[in-house]
Formats: sequence, C-alpha cells, structure tokens
Amino acid sequence: MIYLEMNHVKKNFDDLEVLKDISLTVEEGEVVSIIGPSGSGKSTLLRCATLLETMDCGDLSYLGKKAVTMENGHSVYEKPAVLGKIRENFGLVFQNYNLFPHYNVMRNLCDAPIHVQKRQRDEVEQQAKELLYKMGLTGKEKAYPCQLSGGQCQRVAIARALMLNPKVLFFDEPTSALDPELTGEVLKVIRSLAEMHMTMVIVTHEMAFAREISDRILFMDQGVVVVEGTPKEVFSSENNRMKGFLGKFRDK
Amino acid sequence: MRFSLILSQLGQGMGRTVTIFLLTLIFSLPLGLLVAFGRMSKNRIISRLTKIYISIMRGTPLMLQLMVVYFGPFYLFGLNIGNWRFPAIIVGFSLNYAAYFAEIYRSGIESMPVGQYEAARLLGYSKMQTFFRIILPQVIKRILPAVTNEIITLVKDTSLAFSIAYAEMFTIAKQIAAAQTTMIPFVAAAVFYYVFNVLVAWIMERIEKKFAYYR
Repeated sequence: MIYLEMNHVKKNFDDLEVLKDISLTVEEGEVVSIIGPSGSGKSTLLRCATLLETMDCGDLSYLGKKAVTMENGHSVYEKPAVLGKIRENFGLVFQNYNLFPHYNVMRNLCDAPIHVQKRQRDEVEQQAKELLYKMGLTGKEKAYPCQLSGGQCQRVAIARALMLNPKVLFFDEPTSALDPELTGEVLKVIRSLAEMHMTMVIVTHEMAFAREISDRILFMDQGVVVVEGTPKEVFSSENNRMKGFLGKFRDK
Repeated sequence: MRFSLILSQLGQGMGRTVTIFLLTLIFSLPLGLLVAFGRMSKNRIISRLTKIYISIMRGTPLMLQLMVVYFGPFYLFGLNIGNWRFPAIIVGFSLNYAAYFAEIYRSGIESMPVGQYEAARLLGYSKMQTFFRIILPQVIKRILPAVTNEIITLVKDTSLAFSIAYAEMFTIAKQIAAAQTTMIPFVAAAVFYYVFNVLVAWIMERIEKKFAYYR
C-alpha cells in the first residue's frame, strides 16, 4: 500500500526556488533516506510533507487520502478538519528535538495521547513505559529535558512521536546536533524501528547509516532529485554532482 | 494626635490601597492577555486599534486617565452614575495596567521558539490547547521578572487615586500631616509601601523558584 505520495511539488521562498518539481512515493514498510548538500531543499520537502510548510504546486496524499490537490496549476489544501485527520498518519522528529521543557519525560509522551486523542491514562502510560524501555530510557520518566543529554532528548522525541502510532515517521536530520557517540545511540533506535518495518522518511547527513538502513535513497541538489535508487545504485552512481558530494566517502 | 490614632486612621486607607492593588491585578492580568492577542492579531483593524490603545495608555499620565474615567461619563454624556468614584479607580487602573501587561505578554509570547508550536501541531494539539498547555506556562516563566517590576510600580501608583479624591492610605497621610504639622504619617506611609513591596518581591521570588525546575 502506498503510504505517502507527493507529485510535482514546487515551493518558492519569494524569488528563491527551493523545490522544483519533486515527486516522492513511499510504500508501507519502506525506509527512504533523503541526502544532499545543505540548502538543497531536503528539509523543505519534509516540511511540506508534514504540512508545516505550504507548497505552491503539487499534490500530497497519505494512505490514498488527499491532503493537497492540484487545481489550475496551484496546490489547494483540504479544510483544517480534514488536514487534522490526515496529520494523525504521520509523526516528525526534529533536529533540535522540540521537547516541551516544562513537562517531564512521561508527560512529554503522554500529554497528547491523553488530551488530544482522549485515550485512557492507564493504557497510555503503559505504552509510554514500554516505549521508554525500548529506547533505553527506563528510569528517566520523571526527568526534565534539560536534565538529559542530546541523545536522550532525541530518543524521547522519537518515543513521543511513536506514542501516537503514526503510519509514517519523518526524521529531519535527527543526529545533526549530536556528537558521534550520541549519534550512535539515536541511530541504533532508528535501526531497530527499521527492523520492525516502520515506514520512515529520513533526511540525514549520515551517509553510512543511510546506505545501511534505506530501501531507497534520494539525492537532492538545488531543489531537484538528482539521483534516486537503491543504496547500491545511488552510491555507485556516475553522476558528477553525486560523486562530488560523496567525495571521499565513495572511495571507501 | 497620638501615634496609635494616626496609625488607626491610616489603617483604613491601607485596606483601600490593598483593595485597589488586588482588584487591579485581578482585572488587568487577564485583560492584558486579551489585549496582547489583539495586538498580535492577523486582523489589521484589531491589531491597529489595540496598538493605538496601548499607545494612549502608555503615552498619557495615569492620573489624567483616572480623571477622564471618573468625570467622562458626566461631562461627555451627561450620565449621572451614583457613587462611581471607587469603580472608576478600578476601571482606570485596570485599563492602564492591562496595556503594560499586554506588552509584557507579547514580548514573552514572541520570544517562544517556533519549534514548540510546530511540535504541538504535529502532535495534534488545537490552537487553544497549544497556547494554554505548551506556550503560556513557558511564557509565564519568561515574563515573571518584568511582571514583578510592573506589580511593584502598581503598589506605589495606588497613591494616584488621590487625584479623584479617593481616600486611600496616602491621601489620608497627607491630610493628617497637613492638619497636625507632623512627619509621622509620611514615615508611616513610606514604611507601609516599602514593607508591601518587600512582600510582593518575596512572593514573586517564590513563584520564580517554583518555575525553576526546568530551563
């Protein structure tokens, strides 16, 4: 089943064309990584997919339900109520976590399920405990984000997104603010999610990681997808821009 | 006049001063939030109007505003509202302080990182939920020092009620001092304001500490 479909997405910031006709389809259980230099539009694409940014052209749907349609060459968004429903299909993990600093770990995880989804507290807290266990964060339930390391914060953020049982989980450079050791902790968690066939779209600069866990990789540059394919295809691509970007990494 | 008699007369005024202070806070703190929303509204007319409102409230003396509120209904519209003195003081103070609080709220709200709103949106929070569960608690922590400043100013500003002849503490102090040619009421008034403000500062510090559990 197709979980995410974006067609012919274009996005301008004033005169700057950030996305130039990008299409992306993600199947159930697929792990897709988006790589590319800074400013290539990766994050903007992710922000369009998660409805944080509005696109100018193109359409967007989750599990066959249209969030954005094309009419007369322009994107038309569904009503807020419809978009709200569609938002339940995906979660996003931010580069800088965006945890709620005034809530402890448990409340960061449980507040939305209890107050937004109106689920039972007992059941929600049970799920939170299980997730924290999987994230290696047992014992941190009462800690506040400011008391945690960056790696721990990011794992809490992943758990918080998983609490809502999303169909697709997006990662926007989840390890860019972390040192190599903490990066390892977070990648381990993402890897375990991939093993459980979680559908994920990951914007990353971790080339080895992308190659290892992705079913498919998109290489973006200057607002277009330059190379797309399996990790093997992408990393052995003869495209000059791709070769230049991978540089030494490719020689390994 | 005996010292104890002076104190007992001032005591009545102190009660009124504290009443002005508390009622002004009760009305102006929520009203200020409303004004802040108006100021940040995407509706150009609303934001323009609240901007003018804030500008007038900050740009003219509170004493003059109290007089306008007190005399306005009769002078402008010929309305005769029985005993309007005390309500006029509360209305005047609340309108004035709401403008200042509004700007403090706005500074706090606008200092919030956009990521907090985005995270809340992804988690499905409604706009109201986002504001009251995620944003406002953090804003309160940020603005507490500025609010403390304003509250301390309010304690001292209560003396402006004399301008429409309301017998709060300082009005009485001046009357006694003039009648008895003594400094005692002034000293007592100074001690009263000072102790009041030390208390305010102490309470606000306690509240700040309550919010110190996170950064």
